[in-house]
Amino acid sequence: MTVKSVLPANESINILQYKKPFSINRLILVVLGIVLSIIFMFPFVWSISSSLKGPTEIFIIPPRLFPLEPRWYNYERIFTIVPLTKFFQNTMIITAITIVGILMSSTLVAYGFARFNFRGRNVLFILLVGTLILPPDLTLVPRFILYNQLKWIDTWLPLTVPEFFAVNAFLVFLLRQFIMSIPLDLDEAAEIDGAGPLRILWDVILPLIKPALATVAIFAFLGAWNSFIDPMIFLRTTEKFPISVGLRFFQTGPDMGGEPREPLLLAASLLMSLPPILVYLFAQRYYVQGIVMSGLKR
Amino acid sequence: MASAVSSLRPAQLKRPWFTRARQRELTGFLLVLPWILGFITFTAGPMLASLVLSFFRYNLVADPIFSGLENFNYIFNKDPLFWGSVRRTVVWAVSVVVIGVTISLSLAMLINSKVAGNGIYRVAFFVPTLTPLVAGVLLWNWILQPTYGPVNSVLSLIGVKGPGWLLDPAWAIPALMLIYFWLTVGGANLIIFLAGLQGVPVELYDAARVDGANAWEVFTNVTLPLLSPTLFYVLVVGTIGGLRVFALPFMTAAGAWSVGGPEDATYFYLIHIYQNAFKYNNMGIASALGWIFFMAVILLTIFQFVGSKYWVYYEAGD
Repeated sequence: MTVKSVLPANESINILQYKKPFSINRLILVVLGIVLSIIFMFPFVWSISSSLKGPTEIFIIPPRLFPLEPRWYNYERIFTIVPLTKFFQNTMIITAITIVGILMSSTLVAYGFARFNFRGRNVLFILLVGTLILPPDLTLVPRFILYNQLKWIDTWLPLTVPEFFAVNAFLVFLLRQFIMSIPLDLDEAAEIDGAGPLRILWDVILPLIKPALATVAIFAFLGAWNSFIDPMIFLRTTEKFPISVGLRFFQTGPDMGGEPREPLLLAASLLMSLPPILVYLFAQRYYVQGIVMSGLKR
Repeated sequence: MASAVSSLRPAQLKRPWFTRARQRELTGFLLVLPWILGFITFTAGPMLASLVLSFFRYNLVADPIFSGLENFNYIFNKDPLFWGSVRRTVVWAVSVVVIGVTISLSLAMLINSKVAGNGIYRVAFFVPTLTPLVAGVLLWNWILQPTYGPVNSVLSLIGVKGPGWLLDPAWAIPALMLIYFWLTVGGANLIIFLAGLQGVPVELYDAARVDGANAWEVFTNVTLPLLSPTLFYVLVVGTIGGLRVFALPFMTAAGAWSVGGPEDATYFYLIHIYQNAFKYNNMGIASALGWIFFMAVILLTIFQFVGSKYWVYYEAGD
């Protein structure tokens, strides 16, 4: 590393690569990082503050960052004004079914693509990867017509049943890559011991791809939790709404006798955002792994 | 290996047709079967049905009536909203991809410079991308509120009268972009860029320095070429994502305006499809619009792949 020492110390390229004790450039970058972080976090801070304000304080100009009297009571009221408990319950049930469906079907399909030779496998796999660029909302209209024919409109079936058929190509692709990284010798050893294909999957492969399964479960969770367009179009009855559609119902829906709904809407939005953020904070590693895999498609 | 194992089993020698290879072939096919069924039922089937429907008049209630190319003729020649929605959507997609990728790459380089606190910045940039879109829009609706929102309050402190943001036809798109960038720039693209940046060998930077390159020259001659495969992936995915813009304008419009408002400022292509399908029950026209979109996406992707030969750099032997 003698090369490094001949370089001028204050050149900006160095700051992009090496730890330096101190330089103006690094200081500027730290300040930039802090300012940007504050900007990115500001919407949360502001919403938390506003969600605690009362009906008059919310309209004070200029607005105050810290409410005079934080009204925690707002977080109770949202559950009585709209059936928020029901909405959250619905989201949780739909999300749980989705995760189970995706884990089961994607694992089986990925195992099939990774370990077995059958006629037409390559064509089918190309089709699978092809659906990755197929925007799902593009099939929204034809799917609506299909579910309408099947009398599935205003039920949870359009939101859950397809997940048991590995419709999420990205997650199948992800699991297949992981299974392919496991040495084939392990399968063959188990087979000589008399294990069938499903036993090999269960005893040999699944224990080795646990991190990948966690990644898939997290993506499935986030997808189902945040899902908005599908439930909005396929559901009609308020009691069946997940929280995403429920929020919109809250936004456009019941009259509150002239009382501003902003603090309550913000409280409900923050509550809805909490589970995905918590899952990320506790399972960051699996999340990042999945995203990096998606960028390394070959 | 496989044939060696099966030849040890006398049972299979008696039945030469159902060999071990065939058995494995059948197993593999059965394992993949759920996806095949799902693909036919929930993707290919509906798509083909909608291709057929695009030549029909269909309102979900009465039987479809064959109408030839009438839907397409209407869309291209008579529909007052079609070309406007196409133009708006293309402008949107190009802008958010170019600006969004630039911001993500800059943030990734900031984090990659390993200055103090970079772990915190990373989380701060990332957490907004986890916010459910519906919730994010509601937060921003309040932040950009023209009278009581903090943005315009700060602007008024320095004597500037803030715009109406989401309520103002001229400012609705910039406001939408602000929300979009907050919801996306710190997410997947940043992480992918970071992985790409960490893959650039340090020796290349050293070599460039020895040759007397300045920071900008190092960036354009070393960093960018080595990142180009990553950049290519991000551009393809980002362009398609940008063209699909729907839930965001749909949600913001819900506050004060009808879908696509104010004054059609956020009337994008998928909103046009939505309105035709679910407001006017013109399933034939909606299907035709969907297929026009599908064809455009495919052509664009092919175009990007062909074009990539001229600017994406793959290391030899990779």
